[in-house]
Amino acid sequence: MSTATAPASAPATRKPATMAQALRQALRDALADDPHVHVMGEDVGTLGGVFRITDGLTKEFGPDRVTDTPLAEAGILGTAVGMAMYGLRPVVEMQFDAFAYPALEQLISHVARMRNRTRGAMPLPITIRIPYGGGIGGVEHHSDSSEAYYLHTPGLHVVTPATVADAYGLLRASIASDDPVVFLEPKRLYWSKADWSSDAPQSVPPLGRAVVRRTGRSATLITYGPSLPVCLEAAEAGRQEGWELEVVDLRSLVPFDDETVCASVRRTGRAVVVHESSGFGGAGAEIAARVTERCFHHLEAPVLRVAGFDIPYPPPMLERYHLPGVDRVLDAVARLQWEVN
Amino acid sequence: MARLSPPSPAAAGPAKRSARPAPKPPEAAGSGHTPPPGWHARIDPAPLLPEPEPYRLLGTPAARDLDPALLRRLYEELVRGRRYNRQATALTQQGRLAVYPSSTGQEACQVAAALALRPQDWLFPSYRDTLAVVARGVDPVQALTLLRGDWHTGYDPRARHVAPLCTPLATQLPHAVGLAHAARLAGDDTVALAMVGDGGTSEGDFHEALNFAAVWRAPVVFLIQNNGFAISVPLEKQTAAPSLAHKAVGYGMPGRLVDGNDAPAVHQVLTEAIERAAAGGGPTLVEAVTYRIDAHTNADDATRYRDAAEVEAWCAHDPIDLLERELRDRNLIDDAESKAVADGAEALAARLREEMNADPVLDPMELFDHVYAEQTTQLREQAAQLRAELDAEEDR
Ligand SMILES: Cc1ncc(C[n+]2csc(CCOP(=O)(O)OP(=O)(O)O)c2C)c(N)n1
Ligand SMILES: [Mg+2]
Repeated sequence: MSTATAPASAPATRKPATMAQALRQALRDALADDPHVHVMGEDVGTLGGVFRITDGLTKEFGPDRVTDTPLAEAGILGTAVGMAMYGLRPVVEMQFDAFAYPALEQLISHVARMRNRTRGAMPLPITIRIPYGGGIGGVEHHSDSSEAYYLHTPGLHVVTPATVADAYGLLRASIASDDPVVFLEPKRLYWSKADWSSDAPQSVPPLGRAVVRRTGRSATLITYGPSLPVCLEAAEAGRQEGWELEVVDLRSLVPFDDETVCASVRRTGRAVVVHESSGFGGAGAEIAARVTERCFHHLEAPVLRVAGFDIPYPPPMLERYHLPGVDRVLDAVARLQWEVN
Repeated sequence: MARLSPPSPAAAGPAKRSARPAPKPPEAAGSGHTPPPGWHARIDPAPLLPEPEPYRLLGTPAARDLDPALLRRLYEELVRGRRYNRQATALTQQGRLAVYPSSTGQEACQVAAALALRPQDWLFPSYRDTLAVVARGVDPVQALTLLRGDWHTGYDPRARHVAPLCTPLATQLPHAVGLAHAARLAGDDTVALAMVGDGGTSEGDFHEALNFAAVWRAPVVFLIQNNGFAISVPLEKQTAAPSLAHKAVGYGMPGRLVDGNDAPAVHQVLTEAIERAAAGGGPTLVEAVTYRIDAHTNADDATRYRDAAEVEAWCAHDPIDLLERELRDRNLIDDAESKAVADGAEALAARLREEMNADPVLDPMELFDHVYAEQTTQLREQAAQLRAELDAEEDR
């Protein structure tokens, strides 16, 4: 399968594509390859979804395969459970992060545990796509980072792409997975571009593999989804301070790739976890603990976290004060006890 | 069995209530108003309305037409079911079952639901519906696996088309809708029947399931066992609706109201609903009016919230007595047959006692096997930890 580095580069057919286009292509290819795949959600049909990820799919595959459902998130996921019990492979779209909460009971009490409580007899291959995170000027309830709610629930995979190629590859892998996957799409990266072509053989990464996006030996920035571009920018800016920062993109929060993360931290001896969701009880807390438990004797400094504040997501006029940016990342790097050595 | 002919898909329920044309908009009715743009009458609610009183067969002239074989089968299952409930409750007192929500008093609903389904159909039970699960053919000991306190359902849902017993209230209803919808898309002749309690009808999932089912015209039947209580809370604190069956009308599906202690009546109403669903007529909501004779579970004290007089009144309307009276009146059963049925129920109870008294074989390592299709690194590490703890325990 894939290697631990970014996909091999460019055949001539590549041209600029957005993450939104790559996601749409992944859905289209999955629908075309497997008649069991069904796409369902609010406005995913005629409109193509509020972010247009499903644009044109209902026209191509018909309303029985790409379905505008009634407006009820628990009902959407609950009926998807029944469809999966009958052998289908539903791909559910939740319209926004904060509007996925009505489906939490179905997710936690059924989706996550049906395989287990039936001793493997009844797996639920459901993909739940959720646009998440801030930075798009959304009013309240449109910018939550909800990953911590999901990754705490055994039985779910939690996946989040940060690049155009991964958006395609990880979504294909998620739909192909026989386990339920919460697929978190960073809203503010929907319009990010990269040279990419769906015709070229894609490296479809297996779920649960992190990737080193930039190598360096001073410290490791551990991040995922919407914070990857921030970390890459910080790594570039850090050169002026004399730091060579390594950047690890987790891609999957569950399963967690301890191996790639710890190998990097053992090389660099320092680590900062970066995410935009609130820090307290967040993914960064788990990651920092895991790194400390496994790499303690290689660490030159405590593992630090750079996160959003522990406040309800602020309104668009103030969100820039909340979101971790390059400066906050570099401030944390500066606190990694360089002088002690 | 004399059954009302299956209604046409457009008709609401039994043939007696014919579909009427939708009412005319006010303008046409001569009011002189112009209705708002785009407004038009959608469907006529009248044919969707439930019967004014719970539908009855036993004790009515129509009972005479009922198929003797069906009546005998229902009777046998009711007697077995009651004995099963009593034995399971006894096993909780002996510490052999962690908990048992008895359906004593509700056996007619349990048995009729199981027997009305065809082999290709699916049953979606709640925690109180073990009898329906067993009457559908799931092994009576395996059906108790979760209630025994084990970690898995004990049976493969696909073997008998029986979903796992569901505890989070009403959450199994959208599953039934989704499964029925998928079957319909595949062109399969499959209906799903989902069971829920009166309290469960207040949950959001009840509403969402009914709405999806009606919009999708899914071949699904919802059976509410209105047993008067949600643990301690009586129906009047649960709903202000005229009846639970009336809720169907708001979704655009027919509601049926049936005496839940009249086994042939429940069987007939459910059979009609299943036939209607299979014929493409969409979902039906059935409210069966019944009573929970036992406490909520073995752990509950029902004297804290209800009178003995109320329980006595329902004991006088017992589902087994009602059916037995019919069988005796028509000479369809004699003492010897009645004893044979009782003996069969005793044998079932004896088997339950015997098998439940044996300690279950538990392998804690299995807890890591089915969380995911493939064990994660983390679960492998944790399994190794537990293995080491178990080994150390053995060495001690
Ligand atoms: C979502 C949810 N809330 C609360 C409970 C706890 N609970 C279990 S049974 C019950 C009462 C349900 O009453 P009803 O739906 O009438 O069914 P019955 O027990 O009478 O069969 C309650 C509150 C639960 N299982 N699920
Ligand atoms: Mg009740």
